[in-house]
Amino acid sequence: MAPPPRHLLLLLLAFLASLATLADAVYEDQVGLADWHQRYIGKVKQAVYHSQKSGRRRVVVLTEENVIASLDLRSGDIFWRHVIEKNDPVDQLSLSLGKYVVTLSSGGSILRAWNLPDGQMIWETNLQVAKSSKSLLHVLSNNKVAKDNLVFVSAGQWIYAVSSIDGVISWGKEFSLDGLEIKQVVQSPENDIIYAVGLSGSSKLNLYQLNAKTGEIVKHIQESFPSAICGETILGSHNMLVALDETRSGLFLIEFNGERISYKKVHISDLVQDLSGTVKLLQLMPNGVIALQVSSTVFVLKLKGIDGLELIQSFEQPAAVSDALAITEKDEAFAIVQHVGSEIEFVVKLTSDVTNEVIREKINIDQHRGNIQKVFLNNYIRTDKSHGFRALLVMEDHSLLLVQQGAVVWNREDGLASIVDVTTSELPVEKDGVSVANVEHNLFEWLKGHMLKLKGTLMLASADELAAIQAMRLKSSEKNKMTRDHNGFRKLLIVLTKAGKVIALHTGDGRIIWSNLLQSLRASKSGEMPSALSLYQWQVPHHRVMHENPSILIVGRSGADSAAPGLLSVLDSYSGDELTSLRLDHSVVQIIPLTLKDSSEHRLQLIFDSHSNAYLYPRSPDAMNVFLPEMSNTYLYTVDTEKNVIRGYSLQKSCDNSDEYCFSTKELWSIVFPSDTERIAISETRKMNEVVHAQAKIIADQDVMYKYLSKNLIFVATLSPKAAGEIGSAAPEEAWLVAYLIDAVTGRILHRVTHHGAQGPVHAVVSENWVVYHYFNLRAHRFEMAVIEIYDQSRADNKDVMKLILGKHNLSAPITSYTRPEVMVKSQSYFFTFSVKTIAVTQTAKGITNKQLLIGTIGDQVLALDKRFVDPRRSVNPTQQEKEEGIIPLTDALSIIPTSYVTHSLQVEALRGIVSIPSKLESTTLIFTYGVDLFYTQLAPSRTYDSLTDEFSYALLLITIVALIAAIVVTWIWSEKKELRDKWR
Amino acid sequence: MAARVPRLLVALFAVAVACAGAAAAYQPGSAEGYTIAGRVKIDAASASAKGFGLPAKTSNTKVILNGGQRVTFARPDGYFAFHNVPAGTHLIEVSSLGYLFSPVRVDISARNPGHIQAALTENRRVLNELVFEPLREEQYYETREPFSIMSLLKSPMGLMLGFMVIMVFVMPKMMENIDPEEIKQAQEQMRNSPVPSFSGLLARANS
Repeated sequence: MAPPPRHLLLLLLAFLASLATLADAVYEDQVGLADWHQRYIGKVKQAVYHSQKSGRRRVVVLTEENVIASLDLRSGDIFWRHVIEKNDPVDQLSLSLGKYVVTLSSGGSILRAWNLPDGQMIWETNLQVAKSSKSLLHVLSNNKVAKDNLVFVSAGQWIYAVSSIDGVISWGKEFSLDGLEIKQVVQSPENDIIYAVGLSGSSKLNLYQLNAKTGEIVKHIQESFPSAICGETILGSHNMLVALDETRSGLFLIEFNGERISYKKVHISDLVQDLSGTVKLLQLMPNGVIALQVSSTVFVLKLKGIDGLELIQSFEQPAAVSDALAITEKDEAFAIVQHVGSEIEFVVKLTSDVTNEVIREKINIDQHRGNIQKVFLNNYIRTDKSHGFRALLVMEDHSLLLVQQGAVVWNREDGLASIVDVTTSELPVEKDGVSVANVEHNLFEWLKGHMLKLKGTLMLASADELAAIQAMRLKSSEKNKMTRDHNGFRKLLIVLTKAGKVIALHTGDGRIIWSNLLQSLRASKSGEMPSALSLYQWQVPHHRVMHENPSILIVGRSGADSAAPGLLSVLDSYSGDELTSLRLDHSVVQIIPLTLKDSSEHRLQLIFDSHSNAYLYPRSPDAMNVFLPEMSNTYLYTVDTEKNVIRGYSLQKSCDNSDEYCFSTKELWSIVFPSDTERIAISETRKMNEVVHAQAKIIADQDVMYKYLSKNLIFVATLSPKAAGEIGSAAPEEAWLVAYLIDAVTGRILHRVTHHGAQGPVHAVVSENWVVYHYFNLRAHRFEMAVIEIYDQSRADNKDVMKLILGKHNLSAPITSYTRPEVMVKSQSYFFTFSVKTIAVTQTAKGITNKQLLIGTIGDQVLALDKRFVDPRRSVNPTQQEKEEGIIPLTDALSIIPTSYVTHSLQVEALRGIVSIPSKLESTTLIFTYGVDLFYTQLAPSRTYDSLTDEFSYALLLITIVALIAAIVVTWIWSEKKELRDKWR
Repeated sequence: MAARVPRLLVALFAVAVACAGAAAAYQPGSAEGYTIAGRVKIDAASASAKGFGLPAKTSNTKVILNGGQRVTFARPDGYFAFHNVPAGTHLIEVSSLGYLFSPVRVDISARNPGHIQAALTENRRVLNELVFEPLREEQYYETREPFSIMSLLKSPMGLMLGFMVIMVFVMPKMMENIDPEEIKQAQEQMRNSPVPSFSGLLARANS
């Protein structure tokens, strides 16, 4: 009996797939052809200039992404960079001896020194401090005290002196006073004495005089204050301290010298007229000039000894003030930058003469950068020995700009280091066809190029020619066009950053097409900090509304709290213009993109709020009409990791308020995990847009297995409370992982498996009918990747052709999610070498191509691992038939093939996410990886079987054709001659 | 296998450190924590000799404890240390671009302070010293095959040419050897029987 033809097709496909090699690697000279890599650092929070007279000028920066980097001051390029782990936050950065970068991290407990020229770590010292406290780093400005320049670290009650040459702790001291928190470490100019100023309780100021060499306490003075001092203190001058009181309405001016502490209280309202909002002291250390920030207004004040303060200037517009910079022995300069209309004004003043301005420059900067947030001033000596000034500006969108002589010298779009979400958009369709003349003009060039390439393959090309080939490949302007291409490789990657900026990148070379700092996601004057959440496709026009531009939906929250009202914004994907902006009156907990579209091709979205109500967007009667018939088939679920519950809901028409687009929900089911034995670690579902080509799988003996393909499948992994901690913390007996497969409609647990001795963190990916998850096996002490494949048993009988003919099959039976599916599960686990940061899976247009797992490894690389390696049906000795099917012999560990690293020799520092976007070409998928860096490439999991690669040598083809024609001609002549000879015979 | 307990360069530091006069004697630590100190050794000579891949730069070498719980960097001489590590079984991974390192299982015994056992998890080799050496160098790029006539001949075009050459030069020779009578017979047979179609072939294959 012949099997149905479908099987034959599948068999053929499987065979084809098995022909393709497992890894899709690149050659070294192909780097940069289809991929690009961009390096970022994040929002700068501290910058230190390296004041070297000669050589390359550099600035060392510390960013909010926990990156320390050395930048070229001329171009903004990165000399070196280190991304420090998030759980080791770097608080302070300083230069020592002009050649070391000293960083203090983890609340003052880790002190590291880096070599300034190349970024090599020189030493690392662990300090024993009480965590929780704010740490301070003070590098001695001169090396009179000791030969090895000392670095002082203080945190809480501790103070340490560390040699900056080798990191040896010279002395360490814990002050015996309870609750003491050291606020300032001041070096006295004269002798080997340092002052440590600390607060104990809230109103007692302590001044310690310490011997810098030995750490001996020379003197201790305590002074009580009439009212409590809030934590903020700044150093007004070398012996003056300015502190805010607890109510933030008064300032204490504190003077200290060797003998005593004297203070005076000044009311801010006496200095500043209208006082509203919270007062903040800006960190500033000039000769008696301090800055205060009251809501968004900045006041610059002059300190006149202990007698009082004088207001010099106030800035109504958003402004930033730099730290003071010593330019001569006595004089210091500081910069004030403020917005004036569409421009910014850069003003430099000297602290000795605050009424005059040294420089006042107007600089035009891009409107999409928001307000200025930080200024770092630097000076240089002009050829005529006068002082020139330049400054690094940190903007609201996290970008970094260098301004000098009234112009922006360079800028870095460092908001891209903190991407929150990614989506894609198609480019516009090309209106006019490519003109023929253009092609003909290039024909000669084209041929020449291919001749060069041929030379390259034949290894005949010289070094110059090789360079020309490489340049030609990189240039290929095709990939950078602003129109849609036939293969779907050219797209816009639209990313949403933490700063609330939406940026569109071209997939060809990663350049920025447009950017828009969303007004609704910017910090408001009232101090509200909105947060950006996610991006969705809002309108994807097809044939009916082709003339309209596609648009995207940005969802945000008006505060950090999940109960804060939501924000919606719709942007045109081609121009980046904001079409609509909406402030919701409900919160956003979960966004469910529906598969439905209204008549104008808007994608319908359901937004779930904290009161378990669902809201339909777009709010139009049209969308409502589309949604209502489907409402009874719409089910939602929520995973509450805090309460350890998964709940399933259905929708109901009524809602308490009069909003007609609001739906109340009814809880259908819930799964409560026992908190003392299981904690929810992760929940994953299939991607909604995933396409599956084959519903069945042919196994070796001509048998068929039907995949259980349900969009409602949830994978949930729970860990025992002990196993949720770090690796060293649990014994194998008290750690386990339970994996569940749950149906989201009925809440039915389809499969449950326990891994004893397994520990988190768990990473998982769900695709088609399988789940792959990664965890740590405590017994073997290795990482493991487990796979569960789920098959539908109820359809298994259908392979009997007799039944098909007699109509006894159940193919025509209605498939409903309510019935209890008969499933069969196959699972297996394999050892895996590395820890994993994230796992994704490749997606292709039709789902025919083999899947590859994209594993973000601990080394910040992306490894493409063929799904066939994590097949539960792998056996030790596969039969001949199984081999034909492509089953790999069983091994206990998954082998790592270095050529299958998608990122080849690059790293995506602080890797956070991997996105796979199908192209129109079935074989190829587009991979975008983001962290602090960005990386994009094209990947063909089963090689490009449906198109010729760039490697294809057209010249060789031409030569072959010519040779064949020549051969035909020659043989034809021969045969003619022979025939003639035969006839004469 | 007889269990061998290697003694590693591990020290337990007491917290009660009097501020001794000599600066070098001071070493912070805590009573509950141990120090894991080791070394990453990348043979720079072999890497540069091969001329491939990336220069062995220890500046990019990260040492990761327990899958990211703590991360430190190797110093220029390759040394690294984790302080205040509690007793238990830990995992150390080394990430250095261009090299594959096996994770190392480190057991710190609580009963027997100062004893640390270490073993590579990939091949279960016990380490006597905490010295990390790469298992292998990673070649991220496919190496280009040098040009050879064979590869050209094996390509589809080469095969086409080869087939043609055979048809042109060998076939006539073969034809010469066949009896002309037989050829005539075969030609007649061909004429009589219908041309086998592709679908027919498929049908035959299916049955």
